[in-house]
Amino acid sequence: MIEVNELSYRVGKKELLHRLSFEAQSGELLAILGANGAGKSTLMKLLCREIMPGHGHIIFRAKNLQQYTLPELAKQRAVLSQQNTISVSFIVNELVMMGRYPHFEQVPAARDTEVVRLVMEETGISHLSGRDYNTLSGGEQQRVQLARVLAQVYDCPDACLFLDEPTNGLDLLYQQQMMELARRLADKGYCVICILHDINFASRFADKILMLKDGRKVAMGTPLEVISCENIHETFSINVKLMACEGYSCPLVIPAMIQHEL
Amino acid sequence: MLVLLIATMVFSACIGALKISVPELLAILGNQTGLSAQEGFKPQQAAVLLNIRLPRVFLGVLIGAGLGISGAAVQGLFRNPLAEPGLIGISSGATLFAVLMIVLEVGLFKSLSGVIGFYALSLAAFIGACITTTIVYRLSVRNGRTVTTTLLLSGIAINALAGAFTGLLTYMATDEQLRTITFWSLGSLGGASWETVTGLLPFILIPVAGLPLMAKSLNALALGDAEALHMGIDVRNLKRIIIVLATVAVGASVAVAGTIGFIGLIVPHIIRMTFTADHRLVIPGSAILGAVLLTLADLMARTIVVPAELPIGILTALIGTPVFLYIIITERNKNKI
Repeated sequence: MIEVNELSYRVGKKELLHRLSFEAQSGELLAILGANGAGKSTLMKLLCREIMPGHGHIIFRAKNLQQYTLPELAKQRAVLSQQNTISVSFIVNELVMMGRYPHFEQVPAARDTEVVRLVMEETGISHLSGRDYNTLSGGEQQRVQLARVLAQVYDCPDACLFLDEPTNGLDLLYQQQMMELARRLADKGYCVICILHDINFASRFADKILMLKDGRKVAMGTPLEVISCENIHETFSINVKLMACEGYSCPLVIPAMIQHEL
Repeated sequence: MLVLLIATMVFSACIGALKISVPELLAILGNQTGLSAQEGFKPQQAAVLLNIRLPRVFLGVLIGAGLGISGAAVQGLFRNPLAEPGLIGISSGATLFAVLMIVLEVGLFKSLSGVIGFYALSLAAFIGACITTTIVYRLSVRNGRTVTTTLLLSGIAINALAGAFTGLLTYMATDEQLRTITFWSLGSLGGASWETVTGLLPFILIPVAGLPLMAKSLNALALGDAEALHMGIDVRNLKRIIIVLATVAVGASVAVAGTIGFIGLIVPHIIRMTFTADHRLVIPGSAILGAVLLTLADLMARTIVVPAELPIGILTALIGTPVFLYIIITERNKNKI
């Protein structure tokens, strides 16, 4: 699905990513963990071709990412960004319809209207359809954006979805709903790549976890393989304790006392 | 809305120092197109209508449409409802280059009389407008978001700078050039003739036909540069096209009628308030409503103080400033929350 090979990216003298390699399959939810400035966002930008890699390459669906045209790419991958404020006020329905823009020229076809209806049901925002986006709460806005993103790749059953901290700024219920939705999408066959901050969320919902530190890969594998005190210490420079929890295969991560080094 | 536009055009063509009734108007037009005999109107009415009134109405429609549509497009580009051709320096850039053209190229300019001369002037105005727009855009957009204060401040700065250079050029100009400049910068539709109408036509028609095609992309751009890119839109190219199309219309309008403020600001705003912010409606709607408003404003300008006439800029400013203040206040209240 997506294959990243020896990927490096630098700005000036600072190397933001260093010879990073990993793969993600369709039907898989890959969580990317890392401290601030670890290169998560840079990696995300490279994967959605917002920026071009300095070194190495990204193979997306058996073809080099750079060989796609922008409209081609738009039908096979969609991106949910972190910042979702908009200056002009749109009605929710119009905003979700924007996800269909790559699919029609000037007038939406019947299929486009149908997809918009379906994704709104799926994300549970049908009742918001006529509301002004700017009057919605943060959680509602996030779900509207997700609906838009979903509408964009709805016709492509094994498309790639990039979610940049999708639970950011949401309350616990919405966080959980968002992750459950991401999980469901992966189960449907999408390849979902997701930047997360919460390690427990990642181990609970993701198939694979990629840990980044200063643009280098610390660990990559199933939650059970990578969640360890050493890996977490290396990635986040924090001390944690692991605690087995009934009904979960992967241990829970809880912070230990911060030890000040003198 | 098209009906409204046609009604306004008929209304505007009929009213003035010399009154023409609707049946008379139809009779004149019928006679001109060879459909009916020469009856039901006075020759004097026909002369006024065909040589003065009609060109003026058409010019008003064209310039209004051009200003309205480019206002809508520029606001979409800057993602800011306060962006307006006059405020952000498009008009002053156009003015500067048009004056530059008159002062420096006077010999050439005189030989390029008529439509070609007009094209040259429009082209110069267009280049000036392009330069100032690009500068203001570069200054005020950071990471895909427009900083309103920077936008307005850089607009003021560019306006002041362009104004200073224009002043300098006026100072350098000879008496004869000065007359041309003054005559030109009066900012009125008074100079309307079929020649100016045909001269202006392509500069307005191209943006009016082209910008609605960008509406979808402008909607996507409202979400942010990166988001638009993710939706498969070539953002950099899109911005170039919009700047070019919008400045073509404004540049040509300035070249014909001087600076007419506020049309480009209030028209898209009215449409967004009454209908939707969807650019697929705002863009073509602004063209039509801009045409209606400017035609009406021109009608008022030439009838309020008959037989003299008011510069149209005064009228649009009178109507536009309160609306502008209203937008600023609502924006301020929105940001407070």
